[in-house]
Amino acid sequence: MSYQGKKNIPRITSDRLIIKGGKIVNDDQSFYADIYIEDGIIKQIGENLIVPGGVKTIDAYGHLVIPGGIDVNTCLHMSYLGMTPADGFYHGTKAALAGGTTMIIDHVLPEPGTSLLVAYDQWRELADSKSCCDYSLHVDITRWHESLTEELEALIKDKGVNSFLVFMAYKDKYQCTDSQMYEIFGIIRDLGAIAQVHAENGDIIEEEQKRLLESGITGPEGHVLSRPEEVETEAVYRAITIAKQANCPLYVTKVMSKGAADIIAQAKRKGMVVYGEPISASLGTDGSHYWSKNWAKAAAFVTSPPLSQDTTTPDYLNSLLSCGDLQVTGSAHCTFSTAQKAVGKDNFTLIPEGTNGIEERMSIIWDRSVTTGKMDENEFVAVTSTNAAKIFNLYPRKGRIAVGSDADLVIWNPKETKIISAKTHNLAIEYNIFEGMECLGAPVVVMSQGKIILEDGKLHVTEGSGRFIPRKTFPDFVYKRIKARNRMADIRGVPRGLYDGPVHDVTTATKAVASTPSCRGSSCPGKAQMAPLRNLHQSGFTLSGNQMDDHIPRRTTQRIVAPPGGRSNITSLS
Amino acid sequence: MNDRRGNWDKEDDLPVYLARPGTTAQTPRQKSWGMFASVEGAYENKTIDFDAYSVGKKGSRTPRSDSREVLDGDSFSETASDVSEVSGSVISSPGDREDKTPGVEIRYPTGKEFLQGQENGKSDRLLIKGGRIINDDQSFYADIYLEDGLIKQIGENLIVPGGVKTIEANGRMVLPGGIDVNTYLQKPYHGTTTVDDFYQGTMAALAGGTTMIIDHVVPEPGGSLLAAFEKWHEAADKKSCCDYSLHVDITQWHEGVKEELEILVQDKGITSFQVYMAYTEGFQMTDSQLYEAFTFLKGLGAVVQVHAENGDLIAQEQHKILSMGITGPEGHVLSRPEELESEAVFRAITIGNRINCPVYITKVMSKSAADIIAQARKKGAVAFGEPVTASLGTDGTHYWSKNWSKAAAFVTSPPLSPDPTTPDHLNSLLACGDLQVTGSAHCAYSTAQKAIGKDNFTLIPEGTNGIEERMSIVWDKAVAVGKMDENQFVAVTSTNAAKIFNLYPRKGRIAVGSDADIVIWDPDRIKTISAKTQNSALEYNIFEGMECRGAPLVVISQGKIVFEDGKLHVHQGMGRFIPRKPFPEYVYQRIKTRNKRMEMLGVSRGMYDGPVYDVPATPKYVTPSPSAKSSPTKNQSPPIRNLHQSNFSLSALSYSTSYIFPGEASRQLEGYNNTSKHYKHTAIIGAQIDDNIPRRSGHRIVNPPGGRSNITSLG
Repeated sequence: MSYQGKKNIPRITSDRLIIKGGKIVNDDQSFYADIYIEDGIIKQIGENLIVPGGVKTIDAYGHLVIPGGIDVNTCLHMSYLGMTPADGFYHGTKAALAGGTTMIIDHVLPEPGTSLLVAYDQWRELADSKSCCDYSLHVDITRWHESLTEELEALIKDKGVNSFLVFMAYKDKYQCTDSQMYEIFGIIRDLGAIAQVHAENGDIIEEEQKRLLESGITGPEGHVLSRPEEVETEAVYRAITIAKQANCPLYVTKVMSKGAADIIAQAKRKGMVVYGEPISASLGTDGSHYWSKNWAKAAAFVTSPPLSQDTTTPDYLNSLLSCGDLQVTGSAHCTFSTAQKAVGKDNFTLIPEGTNGIEERMSIIWDRSVTTGKMDENEFVAVTSTNAAKIFNLYPRKGRIAVGSDADLVIWNPKETKIISAKTHNLAIEYNIFEGMECLGAPVVVMSQGKIILEDGKLHVTEGSGRFIPRKTFPDFVYKRIKARNRMADIRGVPRGLYDGPVHDVTTATKAVASTPSCRGSSCPGKAQMAPLRNLHQSGFTLSGNQMDDHIPRRTTQRIVAPPGGRSNITSLS
Repeated sequence: MNDRRGNWDKEDDLPVYLARPGTTAQTPRQKSWGMFASVEGAYENKTIDFDAYSVGKKGSRTPRSDSREVLDGDSFSETASDVSEVSGSVISSPGDREDKTPGVEIRYPTGKEFLQGQENGKSDRLLIKGGRIINDDQSFYADIYLEDGLIKQIGENLIVPGGVKTIEANGRMVLPGGIDVNTYLQKPYHGTTTVDDFYQGTMAALAGGTTMIIDHVVPEPGGSLLAAFEKWHEAADKKSCCDYSLHVDITQWHEGVKEELEILVQDKGITSFQVYMAYTEGFQMTDSQLYEAFTFLKGLGAVVQVHAENGDLIAQEQHKILSMGITGPEGHVLSRPEELESEAVFRAITIGNRINCPVYITKVMSKSAADIIAQARKKGAVAFGEPVTASLGTDGTHYWSKNWSKAAAFVTSPPLSPDPTTPDHLNSLLACGDLQVTGSAHCAYSTAQKAIGKDNFTLIPEGTNGIEERMSIVWDKAVAVGKMDENQFVAVTSTNAAKIFNLYPRKGRIAVGSDADIVIWDPDRIKTISAKTQNSALEYNIFEGMECRGAPLVVISQGKIVFEDGKLHVHQGMGRFIPRKPFPEYVYQRIKTRNKRMEMLGVSRGMYDGPVYDVPATPKYVTPSPSAKSSPTKNQSPPIRNLHQSNFSLSALSYSTSYIFPGEASRQLEGYNNTSKHYKHTAIIGAQIDDNIPRRSGHRIVNPPGGRSNITSLG
């Protein structure tokens, strides 16, 4: 049964297709039905469809028909030290399609201090000409300053970007302070976008890196030693705290450790709107390879946050993914060839970061979660596609098999076994971090925009056929709750009468107040972007203005006034 | 005498001959037992009283030279044979002594037996009779003899010089005096200082059963720590009524501070320092600075205290709330939500863990912060949490009081949690050991001073009272309700603090040789806290009207009775500065062991000899090399002996080129003793050697010393 369908597939792809006999799997239910596709859109679903004659038929008997995967985290053009990843948009999306992923959301990484819009345009141009599957873009905020507010607005309103990544790591390069994050989160919330965060404590990492290099550790193991799990966990906790204060939904990219995943799960339990994204690497392998004697192998695993050394991590993350504590999966695909990685051969901090995973993502999750019984096929669709579509406001155009949705479909054979290897993968790099892993579950047919891309083990991709999918703001899945809370979160003061008791004389204090900021300014060289201290202004106002004049005359007259709203009393507290 | 024994009978339902240690094998009320428990009497001198075997024999406790050994080489007087004639005054609970609540009586010698010529009445010698001594590990009945401010003898039927003033404890609890680890008795704010100075504050402390305080020195940001220390030291020496020690707050981190810290630790006896994660306008440190400070302080063996709140976010919230028009004290708590406290606690502990540095969180005010500490401890972190009187006794609902001055009285940072279940939760964690010490964070500003912030909550000086109420509140909220036993009470109010701050066993324990800081505690006395009756100079009390079970009857500081019958007998400057040594065992033992085991190990590999991508000549972002870093802290990381070790192991491994199972060539190296991590060494042998480009021509298989590198396949 599993094999017989293939001979019916016509060689020439056309705009009209019917998929027969497959079991359609959405995130909510599975059912047997045929699917008729025209013009890249699903036109009909049901039994005994009435379709025009001469339509090509794909026989999917015995297989699952699932919505194409959405890879929410790729970095196909993230340059590092002037190097661009070995897999550009062409190779990357090709590999994505081969693995059953029909849409990617790539990260735009502007150089710090440059315009987000310019970087966005650059990415658009590249991807438009090279991408083989539909794509969308996240924009990373690499250096925050006030003037970026306008650019954010422009990106959100005109350019169809509704997600932005801020960094808590990479000190003196991308890192944001807590104040900046709070500001950004506030703006992002008002604009209805998704705040993504790269969660690692950059300050601690930098100190640890220093310490390790000083002690003579230069190999890739230094990468993981300098970025221990706790540092990730701490940053996730802090990001959640900040997001809660700003009442902004939070999306944590690259959940690599148990600790970080636990924090996200706990926060969800406390009512936070927070999403966690484990990636192929953290779901499929662990960080023990950093200690490989083979430098190239060890370096291949270098990514941030690093893979956890705890070998039970992949299992744990798969469990959380299954129970809904983590919601989406990405690949964080960012591949540098071994020669490129070797830039850091004498200093682990220079090793370009990133692992592969764009092609392996779906198979790894199926193998690790579904075949082991942690997850059912519907949840599989949810975490590989539907949730991502909902969070990033692509639903129901993507992420669901329904009439009117895009015809991005995958016919999935849960029984096929694939061995991942650098020899057979569709990537440009010469290694694969999952080398030798056997995965049960693989796509048999992949359809993007209604066209057959993969069949019979052969890929038929066209460079530049991918479309940019703009996204709208205020995704319901995320913002319904936020909006409700915004309405509820009105803080009200307590109406009191004027305090009319004695006030301590603080004339002499003016000196102390003034001296504070000046010595502060010279003090702290590490943190250039201090938040302006607005309170001092206010304190100056209060000090010079009201109180001294207020209380002195009152005290002399000895009048007891009952102000509206209650009386204040200085002596007793009852 | 008989009266007292009668009381014991009532309390313990034990016959007299069973009720005393040293008389029979049965020791009453001993909490710890078993062969691993501390040995009873390890510190105490015991005497054997043969007379005690004869039940009820009159004069069984009369000193008799033939029935005991001479202790401590103390000369004693035979003639001090009868001190049983009551010549002193009955202090409390007058009336029938067979009553269930017998009082404590202090008897003064009649003066006829003075052979040693000590001054009448107010001698330095003191005998506490018939009390139940409560230490953190056990409780037992014994008499205590004090001389020269020290505990000289503990036991039954002590041989004491004649004419000693005697306190009849009548079975009351005798506790080590409380240690208040967190006070601010001279904190400046905008040119004004707290109304409770060292005199008023320590007076209140003594009245509440606290016989030692550790005060915070708050230097001006950028100012000299030493100068500030001297200032505090001087003020406290003049005014303090009880022994004290000092923490120094590091209000600004810069290179110059390091020298001063070294001096403070090595010469001045200051071994605890507080750093701030809040107050953007002055005190706050960045994570990098915290990392540096922790590293440095750990090297000195100091205790790192952290004021944990996320200052950046507080500044943002304050701005937001002020701009919404909220200026009252409720803005204080709104701008400092619980999450910001727990976030900072989490971060501080994370940083501490990275450096393997103990972290002490001052002022644990919320459930979530306490939970974070408890969790971290469960994961092995060396972290300590200090809830304060205010967080244990009341909650933050009063910030919304209509009465401005009442609301303002509660302003402290981190603020009291508006969650009314917080005190209960914190008391529970204190009882189970997840939190270890209690302070008061007593920092008393009068209402007029608080009113500096009447139009702007960010200007309200922060601090609440609690120095006097601390012991009673912990007793009432934890012991009286059955959460905690009396021994744990001693632990959290005194012993743990003494251990953490390296005062143990001089303070925090009733043992021979310890300081005579002793409290006779009445668990049944009910006291109503009120500003009218308190010893603080404040005109308010945040616990106003609270009824507390448990109060001190007699407080002895340095061997002198300083509080009895509700009256204080103190004078300024009685208190001594107690210097402390670095590297307290209780804190640093584990740290030292971990230091040895937490060395980081590199992997020794062959040189990478594959192609290297050509990076453009002037890369825009080079990760700064370590020398170029802004903060040239010298990290005291241990030398790496492991490279040597792994070299050794490598040579011991026989690399065979003949076989490999994919992924099976991993092995754990011997001598790789980091137990917490699982290092896997994959030796990849076989096909990929041929791929080594330079070697391909010769087709020779070379084992480079120290392993081989491979660039192309990952096996």
